[in-house]
Amino acid sequence: MSQLSTRHLLGIKDVTETDIRLILETAANFKEVINRPIKKVPSLRDITIANIFFENSTRTRLSFELAEKRLSADVVNFSSANSSVKKGETLVDTVNNILAMKVDMVVMRHASPGAPHFLSRNISANIVNAGDGTHEHPTQALLDAFSMTEKLGDLAGKKIAIIGDILHSRVALSNIFCLQKLGAEVMVCGPITLLPKYISSLGVKVELDVMKALEWCDVANVLRIQLERQQIKYFPSLREYSLYYGINKKMLQSLNKEIVVMHPGPINRGVELSSDAADSEHSIILNQVENGVAVRMAVLYLLAGVKG
Amino acid sequence: MQKRLVLDQQQIAITLKRFCYQLIENHDDFENTVLLGLQPRGPILLDKVVALLEEISGIKVPSGYLDATFHRDDFRRRDFPLKANETKIDFLVEGKKVILIDDVLYKGRSVRAAMDAMIAFGRPAKVELMVLVDRRLTRDYPIMPDYFGTKVNTLDSQHVVVEWADQDHAEDAIWITEKVKS
Repeated sequence: MSQLSTRHLLGIKDVTETDIRLILETAANFKEVINRPIKKVPSLRDITIANIFFENSTRTRLSFELAEKRLSADVVNFSSANSSVKKGETLVDTVNNILAMKVDMVVMRHASPGAPHFLSRNISANIVNAGDGTHEHPTQALLDAFSMTEKLGDLAGKKIAIIGDILHSRVALSNIFCLQKLGAEVMVCGPITLLPKYISSLGVKVELDVMKALEWCDVANVLRIQLERQQIKYFPSLREYSLYYGINKKMLQSLNKEIVVMHPGPINRGVELSSDAADSEHSIILNQVENGVAVRMAVLYLLAGVKG
Repeated sequence: MQKRLVLDQQQIAITLKRFCYQLIENHDDFENTVLLGLQPRGPILLDKVVALLEEISGIKVPSGYLDATFHRDDFRRRDFPLKANETKIDFLVEGKKVILIDDVLYKGRSVRAAMDAMIAFGRPAKVELMVLVDRRLTRDYPIMPDYFGTKVNTLDSQHVVVEWADQDHAEDAIWITEKVKS
């Protein structure tokens, strides 16, 4: 089967294991494409995509834009900072105005959880969620799974630890759904104040000691401390966080085993991950960035390919 | 189901041998020639031609697999997108003589897409096409094979099926069959 079960990619929670595997297989084909001397294919040449970002983004927006351009789509970019949103326009009105200009797909990032779900009930274009508040970031989870698969093969039975600010992380939630659907065991690790109260109800292990988490896992997916989302103090200081939860190369070497270190970026070097760990042979952080373009090409290709 | 034999095992073996001698005649020592099998079925024929060429001439001609799924002209015109296959080309085709290899030539649309895909690997000096079966009078694009095993007259309601013994069939054979009506 080469068709997704959904018209939109709103979250990993809404897609099936078959969908995920189809996206990852298609991404492998696109990874080969983006390593050719000419990195462009004409598949989406009659499609216009709007990248609508109501929240800051560097990597995700660039990655989506590159993916769209390498598929030959026409691209329009919108960021809320200098738009009519500031004048009081509603989300549906803003998007409908963009769609009136004959846009076929919308890639959206929004600070409110559920914003793309709301939009999908009100507009006809395909929607890809590029991050909605602290809820989901599906393409990040897919590119993480793709990068892990490249390194470790099938993820069934593999042990993945997600370490850091789980409470404010959309990457954590999407990763948990994605990895569990692919049969991996998932652990979350962080200070108790940064772990959601009912996280264990998702079927994940919970660990407070970062060294124990590292000893247990095949892959450590380290997350950024999201200070911009923290309304109150969740730990005394960054220095103290780094002391108890920061990962450095010495810790990785003391494990005496193969371990893969990942980070969705941007890295706070010296806080959750030291420079020597981020740049070590264990790290696949730059592979994640490269794979991001291939995975997003696969998502856009598969969503756009259904006869409209 | 009604089916008619086009070529049997012995005829296919003779055809493959003829292909090799034709290639040697036209490409001499293959100094600047590469072979590309068009996914999904071209690589099976390609591998056989490459092996036989090596047996006859002692030359291992560089070869690769080319998938043209992302270059097809029916994207968004089918109910859902086709699944892509692996492209495996570890050389550039810039300035090379390229021989595209597929089992059956029908509408010519796959070959057009393949030529488009091939150009991502450089500007070839010359491109030739080799097919086992040329379905006559069915072309949508002005594409002709340079090397063909046989030409057949077929209807749109028919399939040309190429079976290989090493792909879980009793023996090498090419059949014309009726499409199953859904």
